[in-house]
Amino acid sequence: MGADKYILRVEDIHKAYGDREVLKGVSFNVRKGETKVFIGPSGTGKSTLLRCINQLTLPDQGRVFLNDEEVTNSGTRINYFRQKIGMVFQNFYLFDHLTAVRNVEVALLKVKKMDAAAAREKALEELRRVGMEDWADHYPAELSGGQAQRVSIARALAMDPDVILFDEPTSALDPELTREVLEVMKNLARQGMTMLVVTHEMSFALSVANEILFMEHGKIIERGTPAQVREDPSFERMRKFIGKFADFGEGSGKEDD
Amino acid sequence: MTDVSAFIVQTLLYLAPGIVVTLSLVIVSILLGLLMGVPMAVGQVYGPKPLRALIGVYVWIFRGLPNLVLLFLFFFGIFPILGITDDPFVVAATVLGLRSGAYQSQIFRGAIQSIGEGQMTAARSLGMSTPQAIRHIILPQALRIALPGWSNEYPILLTDSAVCYAIGVAEILAKSYQLVSRTAEPMAIFLIAAVIYILLNYGGMRLFAQIEKKISIPGFGKGAL
Ligand SMILES: Nc1ncnc2c1ncn2[C@@H]1O[C@H](COP(=O)(O)OP(=O)(O)OP(=O)(O)O)[C@@H](O)[C@H]1O
Ligand SMILES: [Mg+2]
Repeated sequence: MGADKYILRVEDIHKAYGDREVLKGVSFNVRKGETKVFIGPSGTGKSTLLRCINQLTLPDQGRVFLNDEEVTNSGTRINYFRQKIGMVFQNFYLFDHLTAVRNVEVALLKVKKMDAAAAREKALEELRRVGMEDWADHYPAELSGGQAQRVSIARALAMDPDVILFDEPTSALDPELTREVLEVMKNLARQGMTMLVVTHEMSFALSVANEILFMEHGKIIERGTPAQVREDPSFERMRKFIGKFADFGEGSGKEDD
Repeated sequence: MTDVSAFIVQTLLYLAPGIVVTLSLVIVSILLGLLMGVPMAVGQVYGPKPLRALIGVYVWIFRGLPNLVLLFLFFFGIFPILGITDDPFVVAATVLGLRSGAYQSQIFRGAIQSIGEGQMTAARSLGMSTPQAIRHIILPQALRIALPGWSNEYPILLTDSAVCYAIGVAEILAKSYQLVSRTAEPMAIFLIAAVIYILLNYGGMRLFAQIEKKISIPGFGKGAL
């Protein structure tokens, strides 16, 4: 066990809806501090894969380990693992009846049972981390998409997760708002947060990922570092897919502009 | 003129205890209905199939029977057999409450179902159990969404409460009827009773509008849903 320094291990995940196989055996391991980016065409099972990791969707087969503890088949302990596995959704899913700060603190109060003052302090600290402290008392309906997504990232961060799953966090956003969210995510990556990111933002993938995994038809078809993907022609499928997005090859140039 | 106003004052004084009884009846039964309606709605949305079916049958029965039939059934049948009490007020409050619970459960069920699935998903993803998510995320939203429709239970119960005179509850209509048999002024007395109902209705409407305003949240539950 000691030699095993993976924070997250995903082993041979299978999932079918009816007779439609959505995931056909997906495996990968994640080290602490890594950012893994999943790309691929629509409907290839990327969201399903993320949801299988925190068991929002139950896989038919395969196992998931967090710090060598089994997440799959963990019964009610799943609620413990979900605190350790944050999730950020395409449509934010902020709690509509709660202000930004209460969105962040509600799970601290009800799940972690923190006392009110400590929870508030922690929530404000996480909002600061995503640059939303001035909006603490606003309701979701009063926030732009980019602001709402940053609050939802703060909400995930507040649980002190070991890893955060991002499912197309910027797909619902205008380009300008996309930038502010990606900026937050880049900072998290720099600060050593472990992240799995499903995205169509190729410049983000090429500049931030430790590894890019290309999925098609429920399988990981190709995987490599951004440098390999950029330079090695044998990453044929992935290069073709990325080529459809305009900024291939100049991805890293967009960082920190 | 003084004759008329004296008559009105006397009538009002006579009916006053009836107003208290009517309002008590409405408040008790609306609260009983609330206590039943919310858990029933949760059970119908999140509960196991047999529970959902059971609640469905309950709702179907209590919405399908006329008030008066239920009142007679409980007053002359169920309560005496069980030997609980023969107090008509208790029977009436129970019947109106059980029936209102059936209606209220469907109002709350609709409100819960109108909440996007993402709210539950997000709550679960943070490590909340399903009951925690229902309590802290789903219900606070559902109750707000339900409030405008739920407010209608008040005028419905207010008007339904008049039927309870049939089992001897001393509410507004019963008191009016007593007075009519003594004074032989049916038109004037029932008119006064009618005005009282209208005013009680209006007061309730205002109260619920206040509550709605007080618990409203910017951008929540308006049009978007
Ligand atoms: N709950 C469900 N019931 C039935 N089929 C589902 C369900 N969820 C997903 N699917 C199907 O599984 C397949 C994979 O879906 P998934 O959302 O994982 O793909 P994706 O790679 O995330 O696609 P996108 O890029 O469009 O988000 C799709 O064909 C989808 O229709
Ligand atoms: Mg998806």
